[in-house]
Amino acid sequence: MTPEDLDLLAALGRARAGVRVEIEKPYLIESRLSPLARREGYESIDALIGALRANREDRLIWAIVEALCRGETTFFNGRETFAALRDDVLPALSQRRRESPIRIWSAACATGQEVYSIAIAAHEAPNLTTGTRFEFFGSDLSERALEKAQAGLYTQFEVQRGLPIRMLIKYFENHDDTWAISPRIRQMVRWRRLNLLADLSAMGRFDVILLRGVLRGMDASLRGKVVEALVALLPADGVLVVDREDDVSDFEGDLIAAPGDTGIYLRDPSVRAAAAA
Amino acid sequence: MKTCLVVDDSRVIRKVARRVLEDIGFEIAEAADGMEALAWCRAAMPDAVLLDWNMPVMNGLEFLRNLRAEPGGDTPKVVFCTVESSVDHIRAALDAGADEYIMKPFDGEIIQAKFAEAGLL
Repeated sequence: MTPEDLDLLAALGRARAGVRVEIEKPYLIESRLSPLARREGYESIDALIGALRANREDRLIWAIVEALCRGETTFFNGRETFAALRDDVLPALSQRRRESPIRIWSAACATGQEVYSIAIAAHEAPNLTTGTRFEFFGSDLSERALEKAQAGLYTQFEVQRGLPIRMLIKYFENHDDTWAISPRIRQMVRWRRLNLLADLSAMGRFDVILLRGVLRGMDASLRGKVVEALVALLPADGVLVVDREDDVSDFEGDLIAAPGDTGIYLRDPSVRAAAAA
Repeated sequence: MKTCLVVDDSRVIRKVARRVLEDIGFEIAEAADGMEALAWCRAAMPDAVLLDWNMPVMNGLEFLRNLRAEPGGDTPKVVFCTVESSVDHIRAALDAGADEYIMKPFDGEIIQAKFAEAGLL
């Protein structure tokens, strides 16, 4: 890859997905593009980029952007965060929602571990009001990631990253070296391919939105726009979950950090006070 | 410093596990089978045991049952580390008092994650 190639990839990532392509790490870019080049029938990454320049075909552009933005994820990424969701956030929402469903959205769900983790956490949550219903949604930019997420099949390595052994045998079935999430969890999740830069106003309301592994890789100018669009979908007592190291200080006033360094942000301080009382 | 007894009949596995566990701050003792491990525990209970299943003399499951019956034998956190990956094996291990379970092959990240899960880090 030439410096011009890297600049082209960076420009595509920024324009199409708001993602900062790390051109200072060409080896990382190569490791992501070489399987794509092979799949598309090109001899090399250079040939792939050559075709991109020659045709500017939309399908190929998206395939490249998807490969560049592929997120890595694990089950229960951030144990304390999921413990707080299970023990505090979901029971509190359950008290207030009563009959209406609690809607939870994993907004960059990658290969599905996050949305399945929150679904398991909801199953394990203590003190839910009788009749509490949950709806889970997973979305990602990458069609390939979504296919894997939807299948709910994980390798032995994947299920050993973050998943306690008791949760594994309770919520998964073993077929040789593959572990399948149990149908009762899988069937609770709805999926869709979604670019977070698109207009999100028609998505409806969500009580909990998880936005993890996203902001740190995003172009600074777009971070605020995405957070703002998601916050607009939260009711007053809704919750946004980002990575612990993400900086959302631009939203001070709109978002208040929940106690403990969990990356959980509450929208309305009075709800927080009521929850603590 | 916390102590971990690494029990495996493979010297290579013991060496790999020792390196990973020393990196996350454990002092390591080694045993090549369940009987040897039990002798170690009777002399000084470790904080953690990383335990293979299939070994000569006394296997991991028998060791665990014996350990839990010893005075003070309920305190060590026991993490299985074995090629056995069926749900039946995992259930049997948990029923016998295992705290976590690693399916081989493993890497350092998995050991670290499972030790954290068992409350050891």
